Amino acid sequence: METLIQQLINGLVIGSVYALIALGYTMVYGILGLINFAHGDVLMVGALTALQTMMFLMGVAPGMSPVYMLTIALMVAIPVCITLGFLMERLAYRRLRNAPRLAPLITAIGMSFLLQTVAMILWGRNYHTFPQLISTTPMQPIEGVFITPVQVIIIAASAAIMIGLSLLVTRTRIGRAMRATAENHRVASLMGVDTNAVIAFTFVVGAALAAVAGVMYASNYGIAHYGMGFMPGLKAFTAAVLGGIGNLGGAMLGGIMLGLVESFGAGYIEHLTFGFLNSSYQDIFAFIILGLVLIFKPTGLLGERVSDRA
Amino acid sequence: MNELVSAVPWLGKRNPMAARWLIIILALAAPIIAWQFGRSWVRILDFALLYMMLALGLNLVVGFAGLLDLGYIAFYAVGAYTFAFLASPHFDVHLPFWIVLPLGAAFAALAGIMLGFPVLRLRGDYLAIVTLGFGEIIRIFMLNLNYPVNITNGPQGINMIDPINLFGWDLSRNLQVTETFSINSLFLYYYFFLLCVAGSILFIQRLQISRVGRAWAAMRDDELAAKAIGINTRNMKLLAFSLGATFGGVAGALFGAFQGFVSPESFSLMESIAVLTMVVFGGMGNIAGAIVGAFVLALLPEILRDVAVPLQQTLFGTVILDPEVLRMLLLSLAMILMMLLRPSGMIPARARYAHAENMKREGAQ
Amino acid sequence: MITLLEARNIGKRFGGLQALTDVSLTIRKGEVYGLIGPNGAGKTTFFNVLTGAYTPDGGEFVFNGSELPAGKPHKIVGRGIARTFQNIRLFRDLTALENVMAGHHVRTKAGVWGILTQNRFTCEEERLTTQRAYELLDYVGIGRFAEVVSKNLSYGDQRRLEIARALATEPQLLALDEPAAGMNATETAQLKLLIEQIRHDGITVMLIEHDVKLVMGLCDRVAVLDFGKKIAEDVPAVVQKNEAVIAAYLGGGKHAH
Repeated sequence: METLIQQLINGLVIGSVYALIALGYTMVYGILGLINFAHGDVLMVGALTALQTMMFLMGVAPGMSPVYMLTIALMVAIPVCITLGFLMERLAYRRLRNAPRLAPLITAIGMSFLLQTVAMILWGRNYHTFPQLISTTPMQPIEGVFITPVQVIIIAASAAIMIGLSLLVTRTRIGRAMRATAENHRVASLMGVDTNAVIAFTFVVGAALAAVAGVMYASNYGIAHYGMGFMPGLKAFTAAVLGGIGNLGGAMLGGIMLGLVESFGAGYIEHLTFGFLNSSYQDIFAFIILGLVLIFKPTGLLGERVSDRA
Repeated sequence: MNELVSAVPWLGKRNPMAARWLIIILALAAPIIAWQFGRSWVRILDFALLYMMLALGLNLVVGFAGLLDLGYIAFYAVGAYTFAFLASPHFDVHLPFWIVLPLGAAFAALAGIMLGFPVLRLRGDYLAIVTLGFGEIIRIFMLNLNYPVNITNGPQGINMIDPINLFGWDLSRNLQVTETFSINSLFLYYYFFLLCVAGSILFIQRLQISRVGRAWAAMRDDELAAKAIGINTRNMKLLAFSLGATFGGVAGALFGAFQGFVSPESFSLMESIAVLTMVVFGGMGNIAGAIVGAFVLALLPEILRDVAVPLQQTLFGTVILDPEVLRMLLLSLAMILMMLLRPSGMIPARARYAHAENMKREGAQ
Repeated sequence: MITLLEARNIGKRFGGLQALTDVSLTIRKGEVYGLIGPNGAGKTTFFNVLTGAYTPDGGEFVFNGSELPAGKPHKIVGRGIARTFQNIRLFRDLTALENVMAGHHVRTKAGVWGILTQNRFTCEEERLTTQRAYELLDYVGIGRFAEVVSKNLSYGDQRRLEIARALATEPQLLALDEPAAGMNATETAQLKLLIEQIRHDGITVMLIEHDVKLVMGLCDRVAVLDFGKKIAEDVPAVVQKNEAVIAAYLGGGKHAH
């Protein structure tokens, strides 16, 4: 029983992070039909920028309280990622809106590897220890079940951000413009929506979420390096597809579910395969789920119809 | 071959015969020229030929049939590991080359069909991600299947793979022609690989201008219309996947035997991306593009390594960008810039229509 | 008269929209059969169900005396039904010739082995395919554009090419979805001649068309769809006077909107 609850908590924590990243994928896909492959690497840039900031702060103001330090790190990482997202859209994706269908995706893949390479140049190949400013001493709310303050904060912050984003999309003027653009570019622009601005805004919001997710991810595992964005990016994409790509609620649901499946899967795979496979196979769950969803329910759990323009 | 000929700048259009001979002579003389710069350059040429086979195979899937496969290197891995299992001390099995090579190709083709079945109905970009996942799954298994039964030997990989042996002629030994003159093993491999590449080009060209090639092109341009004229798109996709995989498998088996060693490291996602970049760089859907793309992008990082590293040494006193970083930088920039500036590649798929002239003559008889 | 195609109680539903309700009709061998009706009446849906692009929810098609496999386009083409599209769908990057040759796919058999070895069967088949493609391009009147990449053809020629491609599948029934859409009077007149020629050469034609003059001048019989239901079927002169049809076109009747 304790293990079960423990897996549940672990799944929720990592699932919240996936959900935040998945939101970025799903918003961009909903509006442009583009899988922004480089989204996971924006997360990596966020984490490493935050790391760099903290190192700097520790140098100049060693006595600074961890909360301030983390806030400042975020305040630096978010604008950096926003700029990055904006530039990617402006310099590359925007020029490819009417290109043959494989071109934007190939560009996005190139972008992903470019970001990783540049990060490798700036920060080297090594794994960096990410300062765990918030206590990682486990608490025991129930006998035998552990949860760290970092994990509590991750779950709470993700929930708050998701609520905020939902309000943004459903209640505000720019949110309405986003939904209109997602529905139909041309019509939206005929109705006076500045679709270029809306698309740029979408990238910016997605990048900001990725920055936050990056800091969470690095804080949770205590590690950051140039390739750290790839796997969570891919898994978050899976989460977005699982929930129904283009659908915000779906991304959140998909993220949490994927986190849970992974956590339970890793915990029980050894029993299930009679010891043949062990938890080093954890990463294949996401791919298997992705395959299954796309084959049996390509619209995802909450997705609408996928138009095939017959 | 005709496509390659017309891709030769200037000469290709004016004097195709001269261009054809130029290509043949260059292909034959390349390792001799490379030898002047050191034996490692011949080795690099050998690898460039393997990349050509990969690019040709991936081009068949991506360029001809329009299916973006990001896990292509998995088939290379299947071919290489098949060879390693069946011709090395690892299981102490040493089957002859002419048995292992077709088996490697067959297993890769099978893997292609296994991947193909579930992903048939997926749209372009979903397909890309699922194939990427497939490639990663294969790699994860290669890394971890050393426990509880040691199948792949995990991250250490498999050593001492048998060399290519053509009916008793061991390509890994220098060929002693006379007392004083011998041909280096790297040359033997080069010419053997060159023969394989030439064979691949011939096969792929025949496929391209055939009933099957037209069906692929139709499917790539408009899948719904392709169905409406009676093309069984499911079978045609499976065929593209399995044939593309076959080329990957053959190249992989040759790679394993040539290098004598395989490990999961050689089959990372970066390699899939590298091969894709070669196809994109040369021009999707055309054979000459795949050849040129593979040649340029296999050689360029090595040239950079030779030039950029000493240059940095003298300029900054230290190496800031190591060769591997340079390679990644080059590949990712090539991919982005090609898509933005020249999406049809260095050699756009135009030459293809030249063959219609020949058909006209034959058809009018 | 021999029956070529019989549609029995075809139904198709998209979510809340009943696109086709119990549509039954019979097409006789050798005739030109018109399918008309207001926009959104279900004409193209009928084509899509017939040619296997969609699977019907109910009913079946009997073609040449046996049932058509529902939702299997390549098998349906193999049985002898070819179609064109309302918004032209050519293989854009292929030449006119290659488009038509691709259309011959379903009547050819060459496999990978034959292609790789270029055996005699494959070469002969390829030669015949090429020859046939040239003939068909001449037949529809665009033989001189054989080597032109299809996206560079004029609109009218693209329509003709699409018909040639459909004919390359050697159909018994040719289903044309608004072939005259976007054509001027001269082009329409030429199209009419072409369709008459096709009929003369023994191919049954089914036609969705808005151009009333073309339908009345060309079709032997006409069926009218309205809100997914067949409301009339007869020779053009009779259908033209049918009150339900007039009401449907003028927006009256019980479906007033």
